Amino acid sequence: MENKRIRLGHGSGGKLSHDLIEKHFLPYLRNDLLEELDDSAVFDLNGKLFAFTTDSYVVDPIFFPGGDIGKLAVCGTVNDLAMSGATPIYLSCGFIIEEGFPFVDLEKILDSIKKTAEEADVKVITGDTKVVSKKSVDKIFINTSGIGIIDNGIRISGNKAAVGDKIILSGYVGEHGIAVMSKRHGLTFETNIESDCAPLNKIIANILKEGLQVHVLRDPTRGGVATVLNEVAKKSNVEIFINEDKIPIREEVMGACEIMGLDPMYIANEGKFIAFIALEVADRALEIIRNSKYGENARIIGDVIKKEKGRVVLKTCIGGERIVDMPTGELLPRIC
Amino acid sequence: MKYIDEFRNKEASLWFAGKVKKISENRDITLMEVCGTHTMAIYRYGIKKMLPANIRLLSGPGCPVCVTPDNYIDKAIELSSKEDVIITTFGDMMHVPGTESSLDRQKANGSDIQVVYSIIDALKIAEKNINKKVIFLGVGFETTVPTIASAILQAKKMNLKNFFVISANKLIPPAMEVLVKGEKVNIDGFICPAHVSTIIGAVPYRFLSEKYHIPCVIAGFEPTDILQAIYLIVKQIAENRSEVEIQYTRAVKNEGNKKALSIIDNVFEDCDTEWRGIGEIKKSGLKIIDEFKNFDAEYLFTFEYKPVKKNLGCICGNVLQGINTPDECKLFRKVCTPESPVGPCMVSSEGTCAAYYKYT
Ligand code: SF4
Repeated sequence: MENKRIRLGHGSGGKLSHDLIEKHFLPYLRNDLLEELDDSAVFDLNGKLFAFTTDSYVVDPIFFPGGDIGKLAVCGTVNDLAMSGATPIYLSCGFIIEEGFPFVDLEKILDSIKKTAEEADVKVITGDTKVVSKKSVDKIFINTSGIGIIDNGIRISGNKAAVGDKIILSGYVGEHGIAVMSKRHGLTFETNIESDCAPLNKIIANILKEGLQVHVLRDPTRGGVATVLNEVAKKSNVEIFINEDKIPIREEVMGACEIMGLDPMYIANEGKFIAFIALEVADRALEIIRNSKYGENARIIGDVIKKEKGRVVLKTCIGGERIVDMPTGELLPRIC
Repeated sequence: MKYIDEFRNKEASLWFAGKVKKISENRDITLMEVCGTHTMAIYRYGIKKMLPANIRLLSGPGCPVCVTPDNYIDKAIELSSKEDVIITTFGDMMHVPGTESSLDRQKANGSDIQVVYSIIDALKIAEKNINKKVIFLGVGFETTVPTIASAILQAKKMNLKNFFVISANKLIPPAMEVLVKGEKVNIDGFICPAHVSTIIGAVPYRFLSEKYHIPCVIAGFEPTDILQAIYLIVKQIAENRSEVEIQYTRAVKNEGNKKALSIIDNVFEDCDTEWRGIGEIKKSGLKIIDEFKNFDAEYLFTFEYKPVKKNLGCICGNVLQGINTPDECKLFRKVCTPESPVGPCMVSSEGTCAAYYKYT
């Protein structure tokens, strides 16, 4: 059977998405910066390091418990910059709007962009709007790009995880994905779970300003914690060992996952990060994170145990052991 | 989760695993978990690693998508290409490769195929689209059949003329007998399905313990349930007993769910049906009785005969019977992956190859 068309699975953030980029995009657009495939591209301009990133937001529904597409569009890009160790400064914002879209909704979204940008201390300095005919787009899609400055000496990347590193997860997993799904039409259960959507740049700045040795920072968005851990294991070529008992999951998220047959390790988060931190300073980093807004429930969930193999091993809650793989096939589409 | 924590309990799990080691006394014992949900849980919680090496767990034919033969998938694909048809199905069926296409490829090419979480959603779709023919792919075991039967009764009550089911529904116990008689695998005990048994109860497995002297334990699908069930089977073996025991007492009654069974009887009757890899098994399928034939897509539509191209190399049929493990398949991980599955055992969320791929 031939694969001549793009399927939804290509947008899942899992293996198919990687294939899409590696087999179709890179051959045309390859260069040394793009090739890194980190959350942001990091480059040098006159001796100063900058991070640059872009992301598009197509979440359905556009308003969900704990946020909306506007808040998401700011947080997502701010967080991508923060994960490269950058201080985000400027954003661009592009809107593709469906004919007939209500002004009240647009204004709600813009207000939330304004508030989130203020909280994250970034400015939207350029933008674009396009209006397309009915059904050419579903309500509203937003693209944001962002630029940030990286202070001297900071080099954080997915390939820098080292044996002995402690792995910190900044809080409860799976809330964004479940909040969005519970609102999405077709799923007939209600939960009180709110999206964790939040800008993480300040919490990251708190860790970095103490000069702690942070090796890797990642936000487990599409594809969840399992995907991020696998990406880091492969890029750094290390074996990661995680304790299922230690992963913070709210009972309600767990319950919703049970009903829908989902694994919370693969559910999207929009206000969490995972940090790989040198053993000696891990406790201090955890303390800083726990004392910062959005990091109160942070925990050490595992370690980097050896070089090679590039895989993630999980000690299960009943004492067994298994591999945690990249997500496969179609995860839930339009989650961010 | 309080309710669930009890059945995902580390101390209890380790205790059962330790007991199994002790009472099995190094004797080689092969157990089969019949049901795909058990297979998933066994891999998901790393249960094999907790058991001593002399206990072998084989996966059985209890993944409904996996045992559905190619010609059924081809029929579904053929129906999906008709102009006025909406196919409704559970998600797993979307990616199963048929002879020339799969439902997700049909969908990418413009066919109207909708994934539903329950057949009730399919009924609603039929109600909203009266000028379309809405066909539900009835794939599943005893667990899903009662809801399909009640949907058909409901459709009749609502006088819906555009709602149809194409049934590939199957019954588990006849397949277990074929495996036992087949002598291709030697099974010392069965971990019997949880959901299926909530409907059929314990009685339909009795022939296995009485006629074939194989211990059977109906197990819940949480990991501690499974470990306890393994312990109970090994204990039967050690004590030279063979009975049908219920570990999953919180949901399964000896006589099953009488109401659900009678709803099935009102709408379906036994028939011989084909299982992937195993072939035709007598009285192991369910077809819609004459009274409701106006809801039977098999009866109302004609299908082009297309010879099924056998997928050389895929050994799903053997995997389903516990004859081979997925890593013994030449295509496993190399050609066959969850992104481009060659056989249904790699597609289904309950398939053995998918479990093996994901968790080992
Ligand atoms: S690995 Fe793929 S090809 Fe091999 S038996 Fe499993 S499903 Fe079939």
